[in-house]
Amino acid sequence: MDLRLKINGSSSRCVILTSVDEKPAIEIDVPDDSFVQLIKKTGGPNIQNCFQCGTCSGSCPAGARTNYLVRGIIRKALLGLKQQCISATELWYCTTCYTCTDRCPQDVKPTDVIKAIRNVAVAEGYMLVPHQKTAQKVLEAGHAVPLDKESWQDLREKVGVERVPPNASRYAEAIEEIKKIAKKTGFDKLVEDKAEK
Amino acid sequence: MAKKSFYHFLGCIIPHRYPSVEKAAKLVFNDLGISLLDMDGATCCPAPGVFGSFDRVTWATIAARNLTIAEAGGHPITTGCNGCFASLWDANHELKHDDELRDKVNENLAEIDREFKGTIEVWHYVDALYQIAGLEKIREKVTRPFTGVRMALHPGCHWMRPKILKQKDDSERPHIFRELCETSGAEYVPYKDELICCGAGGAVRTADVKIALEFTKQKFDSLIAAGGADMIVTPCPFCELQLDAGQVEIQKYFEQEYKFDILHVVELLALAFGHEPDEFGLATHLQYMQRKSEPAWENLGIKVGEH
Ligand code: SF4
Ligand code: SF4
Repeated sequence: MDLRLKINGSSSRCVILTSVDEKPAIEIDVPDDSFVQLIKKTGGPNIQNCFQCGTCSGSCPAGARTNYLVRGIIRKALLGLKQQCISATELWYCTTCYTCTDRCPQDVKPTDVIKAIRNVAVAEGYMLVPHQKTAQKVLEAGHAVPLDKESWQDLREKVGVERVPPNASRYAEAIEEIKKIAKKTGFDKLVEDKAEK
Repeated sequence: MAKKSFYHFLGCIIPHRYPSVEKAAKLVFNDLGISLLDMDGATCCPAPGVFGSFDRVTWATIAARNLTIAEAGGHPITTGCNGCFASLWDANHELKHDDELRDKVNENLAEIDREFKGTIEVWHYVDALYQIAGLEKIREKVTRPFTGVRMALHPGCHWMRPKILKQKDDSERPHIFRELCETSGAEYVPYKDELICCGAGGAVRTADVKIALEFTKQKFDSLIAAGGADMIVTPCPFCELQLDAGQVEIQKYFEQEYKFDILHVVELLALAFGHEPDEFGLATHLQYMQRKSEPAWENLGIKVGEH
């Protein structure tokens, strides 16, 4: 998978923002709107409100330092260019700060649109390895940031709280419940280690 | 009036990396006569930008499972983490308004004999302190005012955004967090990039820590351009981690040294209420542990050896 390799490598950051390659015109008479419909169902219901004003990208702290362009991704999605959207590494540079959502004059809720596109990307196998590991931790320990070392317990003791807090770190049955949920939703399969293709 | 009680949702970062925040919260809420109840068996919220980006239904189901623990006990939840707040508050809100999602989630929860009922509310510490305790009562408790200490703020994103949903503060000109912090007597220092994200959220820190740190660096540089500050106060442990331990990482990646003391708002208030830093372990912040350093006590106006 392209995406994984790119992110695993040392240059996960794309520094070249434009290219000299000649670009073909995007000639789409009737865009295939199945991707848009999928996004609407997955948590971005207002995507079609967008009139491309650019307020979102102009407000975006991720766009200010990476090749991530929220407006561009929304436009591509509206054009039905699904593969381009879900395979783009930069899709994962949005910090979900919601600044664009608070400023968008059309109530597109760009943050939610991006999250919906990420959902589609993950469902189709585009997931970064470190994200996969984080997800696996929740299934193993009940926590994305687990109490996984003796030294963290020592730290707790030092500040004067119980060595193990009353969360899933203490209650194994809580972790069992999370595993059952993940099995039911298929999330366990979604984030399990996959043989390199 | 009966004593107000909240279920105390710890999440991951507070209990597992910044336990000083957990202890400080207990001191502050106790001083204000608000009970914090253990939330036995709560898990990861789960991280909204991470799990919400992977699979919305799984995210909502795990969040709903946490909510059912509080529903069973009949008390609202409070959390000191913007991320946990975003997950629990947003999931609670969405499940109360989106029947389709609620049906799916309850079908999943049936596997573990739970059901989301929608009977409780979720509060950030900031809102509980501001609305339930109230600024006046908080001011009365301040016995060690931070007079003359210059305080910059990092409110972070998710406790107030999206503003249309959260409906509590103007995210372009927020005042609630500032007013709460100002009860400590510290002097508020504005800087241009105060409202920019710390960079850690949305699974970015996990994907590419260097990009995440660039956000943080921008904030620091903006603060320095505004004349600097003696401390930065935040209502979120993930922001705290990014701003605190992030300084050590920035040094590694960008060879630039920053020395800011980063306090969670409940740590600020615990000190202002007269608690000694050792009572909740202020010096255990990862920045100090990794650098083998200490808070700049003098700048914070705290006499060492006084405790
Ligand atoms: S701010 Fe809203 S309407 Fe404008 S380009 Fe972005 S999403 Fe579209
Ligand atoms: S939520 Fe994401 S897309 Fe929107 S401004 Fe923040 S980083 Fe940019």
